[in-house]
Amino acid sequence: MRLMRTFQAPTAAATSSSPSTPVATALLELHDVVASYGAIQALRGISLEVHRGEIVTMLGGNGAGKSTILRTISGLMHPRSGRVEFDGHDITAVPAHKLVRLGIGHAPEGRRIFNRLTVLENLQMGAYSRHDKAEIASDYDRVFGLFPRLQERHSQSAGTLSGGEQQMLAIGRALMGRPKLLLLDEPSMGLAPVLVEQIFRIIRDINAQGTTILLVEQNAQMALQVAGRGYILQTGKIVLADTAAALAQNEQVKIAYLGG
Amino acid sequence: MDAGILTQQAFNALTIGAMYALIALGYTMVYGIIELINFAHGDVFMVGSFVTLWLLSTFGVQGAINDPPRLTIMLIVMFAFTMTVMGLVGVVIERFAYRPLRNAPRLAPLITAIGVSFILQNIIQVTFSNSPVNVPRVIEPQAGATVQLPQFAVANFQVTASPVTFAYSHIFIIVLAVSLMVALQLFVGRTRLGRAMRSTAIDREAAQLMGVDINTTIALTFFIGSALAGAAGVAWALNYGTTKFDIGFQAGLKSFTAAVLGGIGNTTGAALGGFLIAFIEVFSSQLGYSRWSEAIVFSILILVLVFRPTGLLGQRLAERA
Repeated sequence: MRLMRTFQAPTAAATSSSPSTPVATALLELHDVVASYGAIQALRGISLEVHRGEIVTMLGGNGAGKSTILRTISGLMHPRSGRVEFDGHDITAVPAHKLVRLGIGHAPEGRRIFNRLTVLENLQMGAYSRHDKAEIASDYDRVFGLFPRLQERHSQSAGTLSGGEQQMLAIGRALMGRPKLLLLDEPSMGLAPVLVEQIFRIIRDINAQGTTILLVEQNAQMALQVAGRGYILQTGKIVLADTAAALAQNEQVKIAYLGG
Repeated sequence: MDAGILTQQAFNALTIGAMYALIALGYTMVYGIIELINFAHGDVFMVGSFVTLWLLSTFGVQGAINDPPRLTIMLIVMFAFTMTVMGLVGVVIERFAYRPLRNAPRLAPLITAIGVSFILQNIIQVTFSNSPVNVPRVIEPQAGATVQLPQFAVANFQVTASPVTFAYSHIFIIVLAVSLMVALQLFVGRTRLGRAMRSTAIDREAAQLMGVDINTTIALTFFIGSALAGAAGVAWALNYGTTKFDIGFQAGLKSFTAAVLGGIGNTTGAALGGFLIAFIEVFSSQLGYSRWSEAIVFSILILVLVFRPTGLLGQRLAERA
């Protein structure tokens, strides 16, 4: 386990690329990360950074490596080479269960809620690594404030929730770890348009309350509306990195992800 | 019809069922969390009975202890010691025989489990004996409360009642087993670690994302399951006063059946299954089919699995995508 504090030199990108973030210090940095599933190379040298307070989105087709990047950040996978730094720590080889304590929350692809546990138990699991009882109690209020539906159904088995409610639970559960960085993997997948709007409004609220967000989405239009910056991925490589506004105007992005 | 004999047999079935249920819990918990049928689990139970034997001979206990305070202390020491030792044995088995194969194809750890089963049996054969050995019965086996049920007649049908003896050793085993099961339910259902165990069983990766160290959680599951099997081993020694290196095979098979019957992965189901199997076994013997009792037990298992593949209390919750 390596948990040494590493010296943080201000990078060029940190000072130039994001006018929307006043304090331009990187919370998360990936340096030339290579990762693979067996023989299949999923990430072919990914470098990116997320600054405190930002919403950053990653767009790309199926198999571009978006989920793999999130899994590498949250420790479910470890890079074959390259380095992942979070909040001043080198977390490249840190196992997933220790990263929650450092402040990484991950609402994974497919929600992955604990279906046979109640809604409340799912949220309790979200706070598993914490021992600050009073703070945890106020975080329940915060989550129930964001998702009143979860409060109504708190004693219900999570597997009986609708798709949208399960997504809310997945996000709420990740928030219960009080993350500095929240990784969201396709939060709008399979949801009705009205729910998609709601989820994105809540993503904005969460960010406004001080949580940095790295968002993977298929719904590029919505993602570019809430995000400050974005990365476009293709087959394990970043092909484009810019502000969300610039990406939304980019002709190639329009054709590939915004329906022309 | 003799109401006394039926009551006596029901009481016997409860005693045997308590042991099956304790063993079945370990099968179901381990299956629930790593989807492994731990074929060595019956032998963990068997080793538990020998650990008790070793403990008693170390203390120089020869037979029944009639002084209540001394008996109480002895029973506490027997259970605490055997359960701890067997719990640790379970953790060691998991660490060295199963964990290295956690991501291997399913068949690999299954074969390893059978191997561990043989290793445990061989260790006992070499260190103790090939043949049955006597274990001092610290609770006087003859002692008990004898009750005379009323005799009565319904129409022309005479219901007789032979006296029923509730042996103290049986009462103790039933009460202890039920207490352990209740404690387990509370632990799994109400505590933070219990929640971690259930979450790990449902989705290992998601549990890791919550901060659960799954290696610790799986080790804890083996500790608890094996400790319960150890308790069953002590109960066996108390009940039969004898043990042998191969008792784990049959008891293990029946307990595994109990776990499947109740719905594998479900702790309440395992307890229920244990008692059901014991009742089927005892009453088929009572009706004169003692040579068929095993065939009947397994036929019922097959029927249940055909009509309810998830077992009696198995999960049927729809899982939404």
